Amino acid sequence: MSQLLTSAPHRGGLPAPVPTGPVRLHINGETRTLQLAPWTSLLDALREYAHLTGTKKGCDHGQCGACTVLVNGRRINSCLTLAVMHEDDDITTIEGLGTPDNLSPLQQAFVDHDAFQCGYCTPGQICSAQGLLNEGRAHSEAEIKELMSGNLCRCGAYTGILNAVQEVVAAQGEMVK
Amino acid sequence: MSQTDHIGKGPNRVDGPLKVSGTAHYAGEFNVPNLAYGYVVNSPIAKGKVVQVHADEVLALPGVLAVYSHENVPHLAWFDRSYKDLLAPGGSPFRPLHSPDITFNQQPVALVMAETFELARYAAALLRVDYEQEKHETNLETKRTEGYLPGGGKLGYAPPPPPRGNPEKAWKNADQKIEAEYTHGAQHHNPMELFTSTVEWLGKDKITVYDKTQGVFNVQRYLTGVFGLSKDNCRVVSQFMGGGFGSGLRPQYSVFMATLAALELKRSVRVTLTRQQMFSIGHRPNTLQFVKLATNPDGSLASLQHHALHETSLFEDYTENVVNWSGMQYQCDNVKLGYQLAQLDVYSPQDMRAPGAATGNPGIEIAMDEMAYAAGLDPLEFRFRNYAERDQNVDKPFSSKKLRECYREGAAKFGWDKRPLEPRSMREGHLLTGWGMAGGVWDAMQMPSRASARITADGRLLVLSGAGENGAGTYTIMTQIAAETLGLPLEAVTFELGDTDQPQAPLQGGSWTAASVGTAVKNACDALGEKLLKLAQKQKDSPLKDADYDEVEFVNGQLRLRRDPDRAVVLRDLLQASGVTQVEAESTALPNMLKQNGYSLHSHNAVFAEVQVDEDLGTVRVTRVVNAVAAGRILNRKTARSQVLGGVVWGLSMALMEETIMDHKFGRYVNHNYAEYHIPVNADMPHIDVLFVHEDDDIVNPLGVKGIGEVGMLGVTAAIANAIFHATGKRVRDLPIMLDKLL
Ligand code: FES
Ligand code: FES
Repeated sequence: MSQLLTSAPHRGGLPAPVPTGPVRLHINGETRTLQLAPWTSLLDALREYAHLTGTKKGCDHGQCGACTVLVNGRRINSCLTLAVMHEDDDITTIEGLGTPDNLSPLQQAFVDHDAFQCGYCTPGQICSAQGLLNEGRAHSEAEIKELMSGNLCRCGAYTGILNAVQEVVAAQGEMVK
Repeated sequence: MSQTDHIGKGPNRVDGPLKVSGTAHYAGEFNVPNLAYGYVVNSPIAKGKVVQVHADEVLALPGVLAVYSHENVPHLAWFDRSYKDLLAPGGSPFRPLHSPDITFNQQPVALVMAETFELARYAAALLRVDYEQEKHETNLETKRTEGYLPGGGKLGYAPPPPPRGNPEKAWKNADQKIEAEYTHGAQHHNPMELFTSTVEWLGKDKITVYDKTQGVFNVQRYLTGVFGLSKDNCRVVSQFMGGGFGSGLRPQYSVFMATLAALELKRSVRVTLTRQQMFSIGHRPNTLQFVKLATNPDGSLASLQHHALHETSLFEDYTENVVNWSGMQYQCDNVKLGYQLAQLDVYSPQDMRAPGAATGNPGIEIAMDEMAYAAGLDPLEFRFRNYAERDQNVDKPFSSKKLRECYREGAAKFGWDKRPLEPRSMREGHLLTGWGMAGGVWDAMQMPSRASARITADGRLLVLSGAGENGAGTYTIMTQIAAETLGLPLEAVTFELGDTDQPQAPLQGGSWTAASVGTAVKNACDALGEKLLKLAQKQKDSPLKDADYDEVEFVNGQLRLRRDPDRAVVLRDLLQASGVTQVEAESTALPNMLKQNGYSLHSHNAVFAEVQVDEDLGTVRVTRVVNAVAAGRILNRKTARSQVLGGVVWGLSMALMEETIMDHKFGRYVNHNYAEYHIPVNADMPHIDVLFVHEDDDIVNPLGVKGIGEVGMLGVTAAIANAIFHATGKRVRDLPIMLDKLL
């Protein structure tokens, strides 16, 4: 017994995609004007148009945190926001935090604590941790664990991630004092 | 003192700075010019036929380049063997876009190519495909009596050993016995990185494929077979991989699609799967297990029987070793092990971290806990009483087995001796605490591998082998091995991997990379070392004249005589004085069968877990885990610890969270996303202690390593399940243990 599954033809043809236009973003301190359609997410704008591939795509649905970047200092999932909504915003990606020869304190702490394995969630974890430091909310171990729980790590590097963030939080605490 | 002893220490990952700065390039991050983007369309039905693909509608959209389906795919290889990759099981491999037949839900039926990713996605969403739907069956429960023995298995599959003794009679005659059934649903690997391939078109059917894979040579073999390309025209590259866990062992349909489109469009192409599509590329199979155990009055095992039945697709006999471990884990003279498959309208399962063992281990290890309670024994004491000194499956001694030490050191760290035997005896208000333990065993394997080494006049060493880096730390440990072999600082050594232009390495899996590629790297560096010695001996008044290679050593940048270290040459001086620009060597490493044949080669571990269960809500929190591992020599304590930590997370996940739920009405996985397919987050983490038990083994391979990627996951799931029993008195035999099963 088989059953036919069909759908009605699209009447009058398919709606044409919307054309592109210039979008000005300040990425890692540099002003970039990209030609983007309104349906391009900030994540795809960074990876495919600005060729900044440090920001990762793990789900495209706001479920994993791999795409976390800082917009005006606050951490967001860049897959859940359209690039055109960020005209003139300050966007910091992992590439803006440090370079292999000049790592930021968080990046160095991640290396020292082996807070990753495959490294694919890592830029998101670090941007998230940076946002958390900016927010000034992470004080206890339980707080850090909770506030870092929007970032999945399939390799299970969570212990190292916690220790790396704790180290930087502690160091910054002392600097503030 | 030597500054160039690196093995066994814990240096930071050499690729760490790249990974933390976003400058490590994964497969979807090679932004070659003029890329076209592909988006795959999948079947919404589990069985039937594609009647028509209405490609013309979306082709009318400006910027849509092509729609590929079985209706228009060009003539490709005809024979099954052209599609068989190194890990193909028996049967006929799935051929994407080959015919109108649908054999599983989410089967790819079309590829839409467009100028941008967004446009391809848009067109794919609008593409109308007509289907003729037939009745499917996806429920393993309906196949309980239809299991069959697989024919030829895949690489690494061993059918269960023949029965020994008289297990059924021993079971019947015993006073203390248990019998139980254990199950878990399908699970998906879900590495963080989506499957993606960037195919760079180099003109005239020549391509470079940047693929997410655990084996560049396997992908090259597959693509050359299917598309009739020569190896020279099909280079495959994978320098970094955002996690594999087995999902990248076989070539996935993403690389088929991207290559097809690149060859057809004569253009560079990227195809990336969605998270939803990551549930259509293979899984740990839904499995039913049946265990019977019985003890003698002294607590020794009188009978052990373990049988497993799991799903496979209609077209391949996927196999894994589920029950064999049970026959070697404990001393028992009456043993029967059984293993069967059942065909369902699902995609072929695929090796997933500790394939087979991760399934069979909770089966036997929860059963052992049940048996210990039935016999009135502490579960750890019960294991000591049944300790296997020999592998009875093959009747051979173990090359080394420090499981007893794992038990002892793990128990001491955990404080197991303070455990009351009685369940429900540790309570604080509505929180019940429980302690459980279990152990694991995994193969110590070595595969043939090649590597090359080249030192230049500036004293820098470049080592190559086409292995993989999916997070296990390959770059780092190979750098350590090479640097130590030739007495160099880590900074002077570069190890490169993941390119079919390099010497051939095996698939990155099975925990065999350290042993296989590591030995090849060591051999290549030794071969280079011998050339360097000869070079030194050619010099006038050489202090090493007449020395044999085994009489010299490379330490601190010097080549010197072991018995008289003052007779030395500085490597860099040697290279510069000799006037050569570089010295090169290549070597192969094969397992030493002669040495290994008389032994059973395995790694072991013991895991102790503490849980807290909220009696009112049924919620479980794992609070402490101790994982003691005996896996031979540990090359890098830092990265090895990370692998075991990750293993604990996986075991915890399997115990409490992970399951792909099939809606049998539609024959479709319903929680195919990261929000509903639950894996642990940071807030779920217990305090984890990783112990490496000292274990020397010069039989497994010259490095004495056994690998840790799989064994670190074993024991964890059962230890947690057993701890939950200890906390609540409830025995849950169906994983994952969600709160409804405890209420
Ligand atoms: S890619 Fe944005 S949250 Fe997963
Ligand atoms: S390091 Fe691999 S997913 Fe986090």
